[in-house]
Amino acid sequence: MAIAVVGIGTWEILVRADVMDAFFFPRPSDIAEQIGDWVSDGDIFDHLLITLTEALLALVIGSVLGLVVGFVLARWQLLAEIFDPYIKMLNSLPRVVLAPIFLLWFGLGIWSKVVFGVTLVFFIVFFNTYQGVREVSAVLVNNARILGAKEGQMLRHVFLPSALTWIFSSLHVSVGFAIVGAVVGEYLGASEGMGYLISEAEGVFDTTGVFAGMVVLAAVVLVIDLVVHRVERFLLRWKPDGAI
Amino acid sequence: MPPGTAMVELADVVVSFPTNDGGDYTAVSDIHLQVEAGTFLSVAGPTGCGKSTLLNAVAGLVAPTGGQVLIDGQPLRGLNDRVGYLFQQEALLPWKNVLDNVAFGLQLRGVGKAEREERAREWIWRVGLSGFERAYPHQLSGGMRKRAAVAQTWLVDPDILLMDEPFSALDVQTRQIMENELLDLWTGSGKTVIFVTHDLDEAVSLSDEVVLLSAGPASHIVGRYPIDLPRPRNLMDLRTRPEFTEIYARIWADLREEVMKGYERTTANTADRRR
Repeated sequence: MAIAVVGIGTWEILVRADVMDAFFFPRPSDIAEQIGDWVSDGDIFDHLLITLTEALLALVIGSVLGLVVGFVLARWQLLAEIFDPYIKMLNSLPRVVLAPIFLLWFGLGIWSKVVFGVTLVFFIVFFNTYQGVREVSAVLVNNARILGAKEGQMLRHVFLPSALTWIFSSLHVSVGFAIVGAVVGEYLGASEGMGYLISEAEGVFDTTGVFAGMVVLAAVVLVIDLVVHRVERFLLRWKPDGAI
Repeated sequence: MPPGTAMVELADVVVSFPTNDGGDYTAVSDIHLQVEAGTFLSVAGPTGCGKSTLLNAVAGLVAPTGGQVLIDGQPLRGLNDRVGYLFQQEALLPWKNVLDNVAFGLQLRGVGKAEREERAREWIWRVGLSGFERAYPHQLSGGMRKRAAVAQTWLVDPDILLMDEPFSALDVQTRQIMENELLDLWTGSGKTVIFVTHDLDEAVSLSDEVVLLSAGPASHIVGRYPIDLPRPRNLMDLRTRPEFTEIYARIWADLREEVMKGYERTTANTADRRR
């Protein structure tokens, strides 16, 4: 907290003393004022809502796809071997280059951003699911089978919980990527959302607007991270302390 | 004994595994063994002699390469649904608490929540874990986790119990207590037990019969030793009695030979590789 106060205070003073150029480094007080304006006319909430909706959709769709594909490939070794090179190839592709194509395919609305976010989230969940299912100890599997578990029950009681451990521990990363996907997508072409707001401000060299957008995004992500942390702690409560 | 009357019968059983270099490793071979219903049989032998492989064959986790496993006279195909298996390693699901872990077998059989929890609670009490129903495995000591595993295995009431060095990870005191409790549970239950251990002391004090396996690879049965010590036994003073010492010494003479053979074989292998 003290670091933030000193840092922002120094910044404010340096800009006021003309040591730093207010065009490139807008005064923190101006940024705060800009945010205040946004909040008071309510515009910012519409943009935030759009961005968060896109992120949430990307998170849910990407997670479900990653979970399903991860499961299938982990349980059928042959499929895994066939698809392995394709998955590696797609994953090594810098995803940003896909964003313009998705814009063309899915239009300027929210779906091009959702799909973009999905391509980011999918791989994280996929790799974690795959690992989670493969790493279940043979003893747990044998014990459950001897106790009478059928394949469906194995999935529900043994493989899924094991995979979920891995997925939850990567939830921070997934949530972050979903938001990155939404914002970058909007930045490249949209008519609403936080990314659009920032890119708009940038278009007219309104650095105050750019910084204000960044501050709002950072604050929101911080809050979301806190919630995710709580959720994670609850869901992984069976784990030894410090293992999370 | 006429064929087909034993609870578990191994007829000419051979189990081999493909090795990484393309060859075959024969874990056990030429195993003939009948276990009568209600007996407590221990399998002892030097480390790496395929004791666990034998249990896995009875459980149906491993299909024999040759010969047959007969359960109650019927050839075993696939998984054996009449066994309970107590593993050497931790087998409790870490994401389920004690109550859910113990009740797991009943849950898999579709028993309703209220009934399975009631029956699980009774077993939790019998193994002395009352008050820990809501604890997760990582919050328990090694001995307590074993107790929970015992309850989990026994609750589904299997006819045959397979135990693979279940207490080897426990400290000596806990181990003796668990052995005593195991005997108490087993007495009068009518269950057939096949207990694998490398500890001869444990084998002799618990069992009706001890089967000695030779050193691997391709372990076979070296000898079978009926243990006619009177039951019920109190393990705390059994070990100092002259009958116990006598039987122990007799089996140990044979086991020592196998242990030395196994030891020489492994050291010879290492020497070969060094050359």
